[in-house]
Amino acid sequence: MAMAIRIRVLLLFLFFLSLSHPTFSLYQDQVGLMDWHQQYIGKVKHAVFHTQKAGRKRVVVSTEENVIASLDLRRGEIFWRHVLGSNDTVNELDIALGKYVITLSSGGKYLRAWNLPDGQMIWESFLPGSTASRSILSIPTNLKVGKDDLILAYGSGSLYAVSSIDGEVLWTKDLASEGIDVQQLIHRHGSNIIYALGFIGSSHFATFEINAKNGELLKHDKVRFTGGFCGDISFLKSDTAVALDSTRSSLVSVRFRDGEISIEQVHISDLLLDSSGVAAILPYKLIEMVAVKVKEFIIFVKLTNEGKFVVVGQIDHTAIISDSLSILEDQQAIALIQHGDNKIQLTVKLVSDWSNHLIKETSYMDCQRGLAQRIFLNNYVRTDRSSGFRALIVMEDHSLLLVQQGEIVWSREDGLASIVEVTTSELPLEKDSVSVATVEHSLLEWLKGHVLKLKGTLMLANPDDIAAIQKLRVQSSEKSKMTRDHNGFRKLIIVLTRAGKLFALHTGDGQIVWSVLLNSLRKSQTCEAPNVLTLHQWQVPHHHALDENPSILVLGRCGPNLDSPGVYSIVDAYTGKELNSVGPFHSIVQIIPLPHTDSREQRLHLLIDKDWHAHLYPRSPEALAIFQREVGNIYWYSVEADNGILRGHAAKENCILQLPDEYCFGTRNLWSIVFPSESERIIATATRKLNEAVHTQAKVVADQDVMYKYISKNLLFIATVAPQAAGDIGSVTPDESWLVVYLVDTITGRILHRMTHYGSQGPVHAVVSENWVVYHYFNLRAHRYEMSVIEIYDQSRADNKDVLKLVLGKHNLTSAISAYTRTEVVTKQQSYFFSHSLKAISTTSTAKGITSKQLLIGTVGDQVLALDKRFLDPRRTLNPTQAEKEEGIIPLTDSLPIIPQSYVTHALKVEGLRGIVTVPAKLESTTLVFAHGVDLFFTRLAPSKTYDSLTEDFSYALLLITIVALVVAIFVTWILSERKELQEKWR
Amino acid sequence: MKITAYSPKSSSWILLLLTLSFLLTSSFAFQSDELLVDDEEFGLEGGSGSTPDVGSTIPARPSQPARKRSPPDFSSGSDLDSKVQFTLEHAFGDSDFSPAGTFAARVKNSPHSGQTLTKLRFSRTDFTAADKDNFKKLLEADDFYRIRIPSNLLTPPGIDYVISSVKARCLPRHGLDEHIVIHMDGVNVLAVNYGSQGACQYPRHLKFPKRWLFNSHTVLKSGEQAPRTPVFSEETAVGENGEGEGVAPPERSFWAKYWMYLLPLGLIVMNAMTQAMNMPEEQQGGGQAGSQVQQRGQSAAVRRR
Repeated sequence: MAMAIRIRVLLLFLFFLSLSHPTFSLYQDQVGLMDWHQQYIGKVKHAVFHTQKAGRKRVVVSTEENVIASLDLRRGEIFWRHVLGSNDTVNELDIALGKYVITLSSGGKYLRAWNLPDGQMIWESFLPGSTASRSILSIPTNLKVGKDDLILAYGSGSLYAVSSIDGEVLWTKDLASEGIDVQQLIHRHGSNIIYALGFIGSSHFATFEINAKNGELLKHDKVRFTGGFCGDISFLKSDTAVALDSTRSSLVSVRFRDGEISIEQVHISDLLLDSSGVAAILPYKLIEMVAVKVKEFIIFVKLTNEGKFVVVGQIDHTAIISDSLSILEDQQAIALIQHGDNKIQLTVKLVSDWSNHLIKETSYMDCQRGLAQRIFLNNYVRTDRSSGFRALIVMEDHSLLLVQQGEIVWSREDGLASIVEVTTSELPLEKDSVSVATVEHSLLEWLKGHVLKLKGTLMLANPDDIAAIQKLRVQSSEKSKMTRDHNGFRKLIIVLTRAGKLFALHTGDGQIVWSVLLNSLRKSQTCEAPNVLTLHQWQVPHHHALDENPSILVLGRCGPNLDSPGVYSIVDAYTGKELNSVGPFHSIVQIIPLPHTDSREQRLHLLIDKDWHAHLYPRSPEALAIFQREVGNIYWYSVEADNGILRGHAAKENCILQLPDEYCFGTRNLWSIVFPSESERIIATATRKLNEAVHTQAKVVADQDVMYKYISKNLLFIATVAPQAAGDIGSVTPDESWLVVYLVDTITGRILHRMTHYGSQGPVHAVVSENWVVYHYFNLRAHRYEMSVIEIYDQSRADNKDVLKLVLGKHNLTSAISAYTRTEVVTKQQSYFFSHSLKAISTTSTAKGITSKQLLIGTVGDQVLALDKRFLDPRRTLNPTQAEKEEGIIPLTDSLPIIPQSYVTHALKVEGLRGIVTVPAKLESTTLVFAHGVDLFFTRLAPSKTYDSLTEDFSYALLLITIVALVVAIFVTWILSERKELQEKWR
Repeated sequence: MKITAYSPKSSSWILLLLTLSFLLTSSFAFQSDELLVDDEEFGLEGGSGSTPDVGSTIPARPSQPARKRSPPDFSSGSDLDSKVQFTLEHAFGDSDFSPAGTFAARVKNSPHSGQTLTKLRFSRTDFTAADKDNFKKLLEADDFYRIRIPSNLLTPPGIDYVISSVKARCLPRHGLDEHIVIHMDGVNVLAVNYGSQGACQYPRHLKFPKRWLFNSHTVLKSGEQAPRTPVFSEETAVGENGEGEGVAPPERSFWAKYWMYLLPLGLIVMNAMTQAMNMPEEQQGGGQAGSQVQQRGQSAAVRRR
């Protein structure tokens, strides 16, 4: 027995010796175990193929997300990619000298050259100018000034000749001052003259001849056209253009040859018998031909050498046309795409021979991709030396496809680069018969996988195969199962993209479980310019209605304005099926999810229209009954940032409309806050997450004292700046800029706290959680970014600390709290310097709110940094007492530390970071983080380490061995002691 | 900066005066409160209760040369000061707004902070019979009693009003308690918050006031300035923090990581084992106690032999 005790003591001693610090970072081999990263580029708007050389075939694209990327033409992978700034729109893209990618961006202000193989920037030129104009990039072949090949860029009203070697601006010619609105730059092969063609006013066509050597204006001509131009123009050859007159009813041919301009006009009705209505010249770069849209048709018009218009073809207006591509022997080819049911037809024709076609292929197209929107044509030489064509197609859902020989060679889901809103959904329970839509696996892939596995078992696999097998194993492992897991790590992330497509991503590996292009958000006759708004959880079954699938509410608007009619769809979260779609109906200005659900667990929503009517959804008598019962406690607020007014509202009796509608309610204005327009402008608002869990309402501070947190779901943070300081940082002096922050209770409109930061400026990013707000802004006086924290405490409950009262029940802890009670609050605040500027800010959220919080900061470098909330504690002091240290208070510093190991995204970048979403897992210590921008990134975080579970590398074997060893030790000592006892007895 | 125009005590004092003046129907303004230093210069119609023509906001009058008496401490700056009056309007539920009282204050010009409002005084018009009926209806329906004041005090009738409202059942106590907090930014009213003095219990019970008299409490609030960010020398700031957190300890052994799980487990197992082994022993011991004694007795007898 004594020996056993000795062992115990020894073990205890050993255990206490081995205490050590926890770490926050992860090891290199842990990368990719619980995180995934996906790279996208966005909706392609320009594409230039580079396939001449025998090496890697590639296509260089620029997108609406301001991305320039070089893609592998064989597999669609990204060779290299650059994300330009959010307001640095790419206007033009081309390849120069066969080795540089030239981009013109920001409305013709920046000209950049990138190395084609690796994407490094070679040079950048800033082209100054103030007048806004269209931007044109022209790379003439064989036009040299000295040794430099010239690049011509027109932007901001001036023409620039730039050296392609180093980007030096050789000469500049201001053309806007001449009054010309340049439409095209033309350089004829072998000459030294550049023609700038365009309109002067609305009735003159002008040509400017410019010496390519020095930018000298040689000659300018203009001719007046009495009918006036509407602005549409297309250039057929180097000396001919076709324009539309101001009534859009006749075509005007413009020929400029040898310094003479001749104009001829032909009425469209002369070309086409039934052509009443307006025409438009489609903005495709066709050569020798022009595509004109008249009513329901697109007609192709050629101009004969005599100057006569001839209609060569006519197709349906939904067809998509490529730019013309010159192929062998000076021939021009164009591609057309026509849509059918679940298929597209690709036709390639020669311009010179319209009646025949080079290719006519029909390929199957998933209807969830919508219609084709752009097509880029490329040719190649087939094995039999004839010319083949491949086409890059941009679809309605912004995905990118390569079609060759009637097949889709590869596709990219680039709609995921423009996520508007994110929500999550639980997966079905394991026993449930409900199954999630199977992952889009083709038979071929399945076979491939099995062949690979066979290879692996037969030891025939090479390193590439082994990597592939490993990948497959990861995919088929536990974490990508389609059922709910015990820890709540497996979920569906449901994202809504700008194209109106809904994707469900699996949190395990980021695969697309289902995707659906919502019909209600597609362009139709009733909904001309659909606009996606947001996404809400509609039905989250948990208590009742467990057999139903969760569903998602998607809202949209038919038009860009607030008063445009709205639409909505309800989508099943497991299958992606559109259960219900309604609209267009009343306008949607605001969407308010109410904290009530009906018996089917459908959440009640109020949609506020532009006339301040509140419409209740779902439209069922049960929902109406719930709403009428709770109407006295339903309040909401609206922020009118333009007028600087904050208003509080409540619903009243049914609204008066022509058609009686019992689901429509009038609203009343309960309170308002008017920010004086001459001194304050609203720039940021933030509220608490509706589903945030707060574990404890009290905070025990160092001296055994208790502070009660002011926890209200109706806390609104709002930041205003001086109107003159609303611009960029540095546009004002510190004296004339200030930042005012408010904490407002949105039920009563009470300003709980108001504080002015003099000499500070936006942009402001803020996050509200529990009883605190953290916000980030720029301090002009200190020339640094700052982060401030405000914590708000409820003083009226401070007298509950008396234990006797608690025992006797004389406390107000359990009584209902009314917002109309004027609770006394105290705030504590502190500011710290922070060296980064921000793109997004968020906070971790866990299931019960016990785990300590971390701030998730989207840095300017497109990474996500986790910063302990303890650093942003207003109670930090220079020399904390022993008690405060025990509580975890860090000594006061003036700036917040950036610890390299605490980057959540470790070595990766989430390009174009826009938002960080956190979702609690079922395991209290863990939170799921999803960051989205052009790229997507997902990981699991445990802000206080995984204190409630064993890590994956826990050695169960060693545990068993230890137990067995202990048991053996006990038996041995027992036997020994028995024997000893026996011997003593025999003595 | 907080300016409390009335302390509760003095406001009841004024109420008394108000009723007195009601009885006497004289238009004599009261002079009791210490804040009413310049009361002759305020045109307080509301206090008299004679005619409710306080609906229009009276614009600020420019400087007053015919000042009867000016306190010596204001003599330098007071020429720039002007007075302003504005109306409190109320509405019962969704009814239209009607005048309910008048605020009078002094606009103070200071070179640093521009114009500010000081010396706010409030005179409440009592409820008329119709108002009382309306208010009773509100109480019965648990509806909102709403008030508003113009958001810009210097330009005559402000286009924008700041509105506040409260459930009518929160107001009645002994009389009608009201607490008005006006948030100011210079001379602009940002917001007004209207409510009862103390708590408003939920659920709200129907209770009629015993006296239809307002017990008003008015507070002017302006924002506070943010504390400045502490600035230390660079070395102390970086050295303490960045490294202390950054240094990662080397990889730890199995024991080091999981001692906290293994320790109790081991203890439990050991305890269980010892328990299990002790149990049968004791049972044996208990059962044979008598016989042992016998045996001992026997053995003793044997030895004796």
